[in-house]
Amino acid sequence: MNRRENLKLLFTGTVGTGLFLTGCSPEEKALPENALLSGGTIGGRTEEEKQRDQALLSNTFFTDEERKKLSTLVDIIMPKDDDSPAATEIGVVDFIEFMMKDQPENQTRMRGGLMWLDFEADEKFGKTFNDLSQSEVIQIVDEVAWPDTAKPEYEGGVRWFNALRNLTCSGYFSTEAGWKYMGYVGNKPNAWDGVPQEVMDKHGLQLEEKYLQHYLKMEDRGRIAEWDTDGNLT
Amino acid sequence: MSFQIKSSGDTYDVIIVGSGAGGGMASKILSEAGLSVAVIEAGGDFDPAKEEDRTQLRPPWESPRRGAGTQIRPFGDFDAAIGGWEIDGEPYTRKGDSEFDWFRSRMVGGRTNHWGRISLRFGPNDFKRASIDGLGDDWPIGYDDVKPYYDKVDKLIGVYGTKEGIYNEPDGFFLPPPKPRLHEIYLKKGTTAASIPMIPSRLSILTRPINKERGACFFCRQCNRACQVYADFSAGTCLVHPAMKQGKVDLYTHSMVRKVTSDDSGKATGVSFVNVKDMKEYKLKSNVVVLGASACETSRIMLNSKSKMHPNGIGNSSGVLGHYLHDSTGASRSGIIPDMMGRERYNEDGTGGMHVYTPWWLDNKKLDFARGYHIEYGGGMGQPSYGAGGNMDSMRKYITDEFGQPSPNGGYGVGLKKDIRQIYGSTVGMSGRGESVPRFDNYCEIDPTVVDKFGIPVLRFNYKWTDQEINQAKHMQDTFEEILTGAGAQLLGTKPGADTMYGLLAPGRIIHEVGTARMGNDPKTSVLNSNSQAHDCKNLFVVDAGSFVSQADKNPTWTILALSWRTSDFIVSELKKKNI
Repeated sequence: MNRRENLKLLFTGTVGTGLFLTGCSPEEKALPENALLSGGTIGGRTEEEKQRDQALLSNTFFTDEERKKLSTLVDIIMPKDDDSPAATEIGVVDFIEFMMKDQPENQTRMRGGLMWLDFEADEKFGKTFNDLSQSEVIQIVDEVAWPDTAKPEYEGGVRWFNALRNLTCSGYFSTEAGWKYMGYVGNKPNAWDGVPQEVMDKHGLQLEEKYLQHYLKMEDRGRIAEWDTDGNLT
Repeated sequence: MSFQIKSSGDTYDVIIVGSGAGGGMASKILSEAGLSVAVIEAGGDFDPAKEEDRTQLRPPWESPRRGAGTQIRPFGDFDAAIGGWEIDGEPYTRKGDSEFDWFRSRMVGGRTNHWGRISLRFGPNDFKRASIDGLGDDWPIGYDDVKPYYDKVDKLIGVYGTKEGIYNEPDGFFLPPPKPRLHEIYLKKGTTAASIPMIPSRLSILTRPINKERGACFFCRQCNRACQVYADFSAGTCLVHPAMKQGKVDLYTHSMVRKVTSDDSGKATGVSFVNVKDMKEYKLKSNVVVLGASACETSRIMLNSKSKMHPNGIGNSSGVLGHYLHDSTGASRSGIIPDMMGRERYNEDGTGGMHVYTPWWLDNKKLDFARGYHIEYGGGMGQPSYGAGGNMDSMRKYITDEFGQPSPNGGYGVGLKKDIRQIYGSTVGMSGRGESVPRFDNYCEIDPTVVDKFGIPVLRFNYKWTDQEINQAKHMQDTFEEILTGAGAQLLGTKPGADTMYGLLAPGRIIHEVGTARMGNDPKTSVLNSNSQAHDCKNLFVVDAGSFVSQADKNPTWTILALSWRTSDFIVSELKKKNI
């Protein structure tokens, strides 16, 4: 949902009261997703934050070889399927690149993990990781992708891959495509009204009888509240 | 910003240091009484209704870090509060193996831009704990002294909730509460099974409007980002800016107060501060000085305000200033409710916080710790952003297929993606927030060896939890397991044990620090009198939580607001009588 729709909803919602938005520009357009990394975070930034984001965005952490390895891996972790795109299609590698600079304490582990891929590829197949076939890649990934059954000598690799999996998922599900796949429909003004009755029924749950009369009624949201001296709403 | 240099000849009626809950309320009440007021704020101005300040309703892809926390916004890139646990150039230190983490917000509205809007009144017992359990001290005032101000705060600021008739959880003037969310109804099964109460929460979010200046909540669940229609409370939107609009209020931003100045008689004459932008010192004069910089920052300013008449810092003849520092206790646990896996999708936002909570329900006489705690609940289909789909290396095993076969932890691929979709919205969590026992030995003091970048000596913290708090945390963990199990949840992680003090967080982490300039009737054992007026300096007042004698198992904001209003009324009355 873009900003313009947000505002429209705000103004046309069922609440006809006190809503005011000074200084908003309804014409402002939401950024296209692939333009993400051309600028820093939008909204309420301090000068220091702006400068820091720009500095991070103007540096490069990963080498081309590392990016290639990462691209292979993130698409294995979050591949394309019938409902959703592959991780590389929605900027996950760029996201990880940024996070390395934003949280530099993770750089060494990430770089070490990517380097380890070449050691492993060399020992197993006599090649560099980027020259492996897909099935060879999977053989290496399988050594570190399953924490509960991985061999003890791969513990470090497992930890690295856990971190990579987490980062990949963060970068994947924090996109419009990720929201769509997840079915997330929140953060829309004036859209919430409790649990839908059919959901309550399906879960066999009921609201507490004694509170029914007290819960907010949507039609009251335009009326200024007033109380009697005992604190009862009138 | 709105920084303006005053000619030194001008004298304000009142200077207020800090623009959070305490300073904000004082600015409104004192200016409405016709007084000329200067509000001094260390950070910048902030107004979420201005498009350039808005973070509300922004999707994670408008942040290159997808909403991940940063040093100056540890609670997320879109969190409204600017500052954090560590601020460059503004250090604090800890003595020995003491733990204390200090969260500061440098902006108009202070930490009210961040908090969970949980707005609980202290009850009659909360002002008289020493009489009940023999520990610490009673407040010099009681619930009846504060009740009229709680009532006024309810009406001025707005809080939703329900009248429950619980003695120590006094009812107020409530707006209608929102209905509970699905996970909250599940958790209610757990509290019912454990015979623990769960009632609609009490949050300062306008489910209905209370005036024409502020809009009603439109349910985006992002109060922590500050609301562009002012439907939630923050001191900037609800107090400071309205006061500036209506009264004689000058706001000095980017102004770090160094000390309270005083004359030869010991009377406060104003403040000295450093302009953060030009790094020069300025002085302002006033007839009254009101400190609302936060419990610790206020005591820092007072300790640094040394003079011939106040050799230990202004208002510190007792030596108590900085002592009795205490924060709420905190511990938490989470679980996963299998019946909520793969559930229907719908907008589950509601207001920016929990819709239900558990007030303290037991009698401490039968327990091995003296003070209670309340329980806050979390969960639901939150906005997927940084962290989404995480921890599948340990959580994926809770997902079972149609044959009841659990998924393997970790992995990759289409199966992992589906499992993440399946588990989304099925985890729940809860946190205890409890009362600690105030101790003289827990304190902040001036570190004699360290100054900040403004040249102002910094605070050094000395703080240790005792068995009171540790036993309370143990009780929390037992309770959490009981509730989660009763709700049909599988427990996540392992139960925190004695080695981690039962998951008890470091002091300061709950951001409820109070007590450093406590009130009392005896000037030898307290800094302020019952009107929050310094015993040693009649025209110096404290309106933040520094004045608290004990912190209760509640969040402090509503009491800060009520007491600040009460103190402001007292200041007006004393000025009229020419007593100050």
